Amino acid sequence: MGFAMTDLAWPPGLILLLGAAALPFARERLRSALILGLPALTLAAIWWWPLGTLVSVPFLDYQLELVRVTSEGRLFATVFAIMAFAGGLYALRQATTFELTAAYAYAGAAIGVTFAGDLITLFIFWELMAIGSTLVLWAAGTEGAYRASLRYLLIHLLGGVLLMAGIAAWVAETGSIAFTAMRPESLATWLILAGFLINAGAPPLSAWIADAYPEASPSGTVFLSAFTTKTAVYALLVGFPGAEILVPIGLYMVFYGILYALLENDMRRILAYSIVNQVGFMVVAIGIGTPLALNGAAAHAFAHILYKALLLMSAGSVLWMTQRRKCTDLGGLFQSMPVTTINGIVGALAISAFPFTSGFVTKSLETQAAANEGLALVWLLLLAASAGVFLHAGIKFPWFVFFQRDSGLRPPDPPANMRQAMWLFSFLCLAIGLFPQVLYGILPHPVDYQPYTLEHVVSQLQLLLFAGFAFFAMLPLMRRTLTISLDFDWFYRKFFKELLSEFSVRTSAFHGALTGRWRGRIERLVGNLSRHHGPQGTLARTWPTGSMVLWVAILLGASLLLYNR
Amino acid sequence: MPSPRAPHWLYRRENLPNLWLIQIAILVLALLPEFFVHHHAHFPGQGMTLDASWGFYAWYGFTTCAGMVALAKVMGIFLKRPDHYYDDRDDGVRDD
Repeated sequence: MGFAMTDLAWPPGLILLLGAAALPFARERLRSALILGLPALTLAAIWWWPLGTLVSVPFLDYQLELVRVTSEGRLFATVFAIMAFAGGLYALRQATTFELTAAYAYAGAAIGVTFAGDLITLFIFWELMAIGSTLVLWAAGTEGAYRASLRYLLIHLLGGVLLMAGIAAWVAETGSIAFTAMRPESLATWLILAGFLINAGAPPLSAWIADAYPEASPSGTVFLSAFTTKTAVYALLVGFPGAEILVPIGLYMVFYGILYALLENDMRRILAYSIVNQVGFMVVAIGIGTPLALNGAAAHAFAHILYKALLLMSAGSVLWMTQRRKCTDLGGLFQSMPVTTINGIVGALAISAFPFTSGFVTKSLETQAAANEGLALVWLLLLAASAGVFLHAGIKFPWFVFFQRDSGLRPPDPPANMRQAMWLFSFLCLAIGLFPQVLYGILPHPVDYQPYTLEHVVSQLQLLLFAGFAFFAMLPLMRRTLTISLDFDWFYRKFFKELLSEFSVRTSAFHGALTGRWRGRIERLVGNLSRHHGPQGTLARTWPTGSMVLWVAILLGASLLLYNR
Repeated sequence: MPSPRAPHWLYRRENLPNLWLIQIAILVLALLPEFFVHHHAHFPGQGMTLDASWGFYAWYGFTTCAGMVALAKVMGIFLKRPDHYYDDRDDGVRDD
């Protein structure tokens, strides 16, 4: 092993993962201390080890690199730890211990992925994430959440199988388990890419995000929004930088998210579709693959975790206070929930990349990268999508939840710890927007980019304000309806279900006919037997004694004739 | 907290024209810099100078968003289902 210090090194993710196991046994005050302290301790551990630190343990024929500190991994781990802290604060007094334990194990596993130096370690933490997130869903305790969690698990087990098959093929092909940049050129790398993409919410299976996440508890959805998709972004960033196929996939995700969010009525499903949209931007940037683009993807992921969590905290507060989740039931809440409204609007401005917010200084790295590479069509589409983000998340969410018509609901703001978590993330969204150099300083590649030029600020404001104008001009077209929208999940939620029930109807008819025919045969057989041998049967009839005597006489006579001749 | 009888000023019908006026004023303000800020073209090498033309970001933002809303509307005709669509056959569990 490299140097002596590493003997003390401890995978930072394990602090949360093992610390989570202590939560169910902790009493009230210790429990709060653990919930807030474990992520802080994890954050310290993440920054304790210098870049290049390596901790490896032998496993079968391989050396597993439990910890390999890279700038990409550290960046993602940092935001995951911040997220766990704010999520813990938001959930502190409302969530069940079961949910918090699952959520912290889930966060720890995600951090484990970002420090994994080899594919086997990555895979182990990857699967722990799937289990942890499924348990977070279960913790909601509703029938809908239970059903959604099974569909969710199904998709992630499929992704896990693809990933494992890919890793096995890759090891067979190259003899190495190192997790480094690959090209999608062999079956092995295609399988690994597919495994990563399923977790990113790529087509055709994008529907799992909007299907599962909004079924969790208010705090559960906040946790879920952060880790799985962004770990997939991390894995793509390290594993497949510059893979051209990611550009069209990402563009599809960007517009899928916008269009489905525009159709959606459930406030948290709007935000879930918006995750696909945002991850689409990052996937496009990873496909472009230049240092500027990769910086953009990493920075955007960092900023996105914060503002998407903020938006979902705001939506979760509304759900917590009103027990309602549909836009058709909400509206006018700004009058009695000012803190939730303000924080929701900060999150909405940040996701829309308004100047002086975190979205502005991070997403523009990606669009600039497309411009630098001369990808005019990609640039134009990303620009339209940026306007579309304001449309579907930036205005639609706050408008329909906090404004539109007055629903008459007057719930107060949520409890203090939920408000504090929102303020913390609002602060971070604005701080990153105002002082981008801090975030730029920890990106994987050196940054030579100035987001605040007059020209850039003006064009962005024009783009967004006129997008907003389009929203209000076309508001009658966006009347909320009590509907959901069909997606690929229709195949596994309806088509195969119908197919199965059709199959069982047909097979039961066939079974009925078959048993009917055999029953007929057997009944005929039994009938024949009873006719011949039954109580009234010819062969079982009782005969009168007289005929018996007659027959005996005949037999005796016959034997006399036959034997005494 | 306002009583239900006296709606918030945002919800008063007589204020609606003013709200539209404010919005249009903001849009006009956003367009003013077009007279003195020069947008540089991102793809001069490909002969595309559209993005440097007057008001490009404004009309592009508006038309693409209007297009997306219209497209979503059309998709909705085919894709929208009642929101209990998947629950119908669920053995009577769930929902009211």
